[in-house]
Amino acid sequence: MSDTHANTIAFVRETQLPPSPPPAAETGAIKWVRENLFSSILNSILTLLSLLVIFMVLKGMVPWFWNSTWNANSLSECREAGTGACFAVIRERWPQFFFGFYPSTEYWRPLLTFVLLFPALAPILFNKVPQKALFFTLLYPFIGYWLIWGGSLGGPVATLLGVVVAYCVYRTLVAQAPVIALLASVAAVVIWMLFINGFAADALAGVFGAGLEEVDSRNIGGFLLTMILGIVSISLALPLGILLALGRQSDLLIIKAICVGFIEFIRGVPLITLLFVASVLLSYFLPPGTTFDLVLRVIILITMFAAAYLAEVVRGGLAALPRGQYEAADSLGLDYWQAIRLIIMPQALKISIPGIVNVFIGLYKDTTLVSIISMYDPLGVVQPILADSDWNGILWELYGFVALFFFISCYSMSQYSRYLENKLRTDHR
Amino acid sequence: MTMADTTTSSLGISDEVAITIRGMNKWYGDFHVLRDIDLTVQRGERIVICGPSGSGKSTLIRCINALEEHQKGEIVVDGTVLSSDLKNIDKIRSEVGMCFQHFNLFPHLTILENCTLAPIWVRNMPKAEAEEIAMHYLTKVKIPDQANKYPGQLSGGQQQRVAIARSLCMKPRIMLFDEPTSALDPEMIKEVLDTMVELAEEGMTMLCVTHEMGFARQVANRVIFMDAGQIVEQNEPEEFFNNPKSERTQLFLSQILGH
Ligand SMILES: Nc1ncnc2c1ncn2[C@@H]1O[C@H](COP(=O)(O)OP(=O)(O)O)[C@@H](O)[C@H]1O
Ligand SMILES: [Mg+2]
Repeated sequence: MSDTHANTIAFVRETQLPPSPPPAAETGAIKWVRENLFSSILNSILTLLSLLVIFMVLKGMVPWFWNSTWNANSLSECREAGTGACFAVIRERWPQFFFGFYPSTEYWRPLLTFVLLFPALAPILFNKVPQKALFFTLLYPFIGYWLIWGGSLGGPVATLLGVVVAYCVYRTLVAQAPVIALLASVAAVVIWMLFINGFAADALAGVFGAGLEEVDSRNIGGFLLTMILGIVSISLALPLGILLALGRQSDLLIIKAICVGFIEFIRGVPLITLLFVASVLLSYFLPPGTTFDLVLRVIILITMFAAAYLAEVVRGGLAALPRGQYEAADSLGLDYWQAIRLIIMPQALKISIPGIVNVFIGLYKDTTLVSIISMYDPLGVVQPILADSDWNGILWELYGFVALFFFISCYSMSQYSRYLENKLRTDHR
Repeated sequence: MTMADTTTSSLGISDEVAITIRGMNKWYGDFHVLRDIDLTVQRGERIVICGPSGSGKSTLIRCINALEEHQKGEIVVDGTVLSSDLKNIDKIRSEVGMCFQHFNLFPHLTILENCTLAPIWVRNMPKAEAEEIAMHYLTKVKIPDQANKYPGQLSGGQQQRVAIARSLCMKPRIMLFDEPTSALDPEMIKEVLDTMVELAEEGMTMLCVTHEMGFARQVANRVIFMDAGQIVEQNEPEEFFNNPKSERTQLFLSQILGH
């Protein structure tokens, strides 16, 4: 057979051909387009329709942005100058959007607070940052409070002292009875705030002098108010939510009942109701003469609201953990809090990250509800502009600007949560 | 693993008592899981517990480190009476190591962190020292090179050996095993059993729930047969396997050795 072979075949290639590239239809952009956009008749129709929609939207928006006006004093001037958007209103009113009615000479204070926020958050968000930086994170609330509300440095220092005292109480008692130590330190904080803080603040004010110009809570508004409400409530709601979730699982019946009652009550009541409680009703319940800052009241209620939702999200994470993890922790001799802190919570929180961030984003956007109790959050700032005869009829630009701010904040949170999920992925499924 | 090697059986047992269980009873609700358990374990003894599924073997050894609470009777571990006092329980748990059927490693921590966690937090050991000890035991179970991986990256047999190393890092005086090989593929069973044999040869007090009868013959001083929440029969391995007294034991052995 092989003898005849050479005779029957006219040509035999003696060298191997170099590999040739795949046909154009199988590579690169064309292949991708064909596989993803025109893989079937239906898919082709949908692609064309979508392109049409995108075209229509862009056709409307591009000229609107392109012909926008930044220099004008009223809407009518805008309309004369150009056919597009009238961003002049934002140019004119941006201080209110950012700071509300914060005194304009003092804008550096909220700005500095904002800048300091990053080093304060870094050790919490990224564990590459040395953990010693946490010391600054602990001081940040006092610095931020002083910068924004002003007054003598004595106030924040007095409160800080109260916290230090409570911490010392905790440290001295924790070895004997952790629960009692915790209760005692909480009691210490309460006693300090009710009876000692005022005197201490006055005494320290003598030492530190008058400090910064005081700013009333009523004058804080705009994105500044949103950030204060959002960041403070988020950082308080997470620990509270975790405690509520643990309490709901507890074997101690009273604690369990309190937690369940709290969660169900808060979840069953609209946030607006709670905000009205914060702005109006609390002053009936509190002893007359108690000055209880409105921002603080709102923060407390938003925190409670978010904590109730977080508790349920975290409970879901706890329920997803196999019993074996608790048993392994127990069998190694870890006590309850060690097991929770080192074994259970890291895993339960990791599972719950999407849900937790969901609650955070919801909370952040819900802070706009405070405009209902006449606080000047970004939406509250929009109202008087709408009523202003100069700008009457302008709408898209204002709400679009507010939306952009919220989108940037919320999108950052969601991106961070994806980063965190990837970083914590150790299960290698 | 040589089946006929029974020389280790009688070595290394002292007169000192490690565990005493007297008249212990346990209920799950109305269900009487453990009935009148009496058991004394000498230091250095290796005990294998076998019996049909649901007979209460796991419950029994889980009572010894208080993962389950017993309702009646007395358990004394290393001279400490098990009661609902949390201090006692934590003390006993840090003296008694336990290995589970499903390993129960902590998936969010590396192998090394799994091993150093308890020494650092329970024994207040400095991190460097804890890591040194962990590497010692990881070398002993022959996986020191995996120390910085996560449990999810290891095979079942390797995970179970890490679990054993993790318990050993607490320097326990007693080790409990609850079917350590029954979640493993056959080719991985041997590597885990070898580790356990080595541990037995060093004189560790061991209580082991297993159906690996080769292992029982090789290292056990005593085999306990449980059925319906009771200890039905206990004997030296040779006697137990060759000459079972009760009918239930005979039936069980014929089933388990039959195929
Ligand atoms: N948490 C529990 N609640 C109720 N019944 C249980 C529980 N754990 C085990 N049991 C029952 O107790 C009996 C003994 O269980 P176990 O000790 O796990 O048996 P074994 O380990 O011998 O297979 C079984 O019938 C089981 O169904
Ligand atoms: Mg079992």
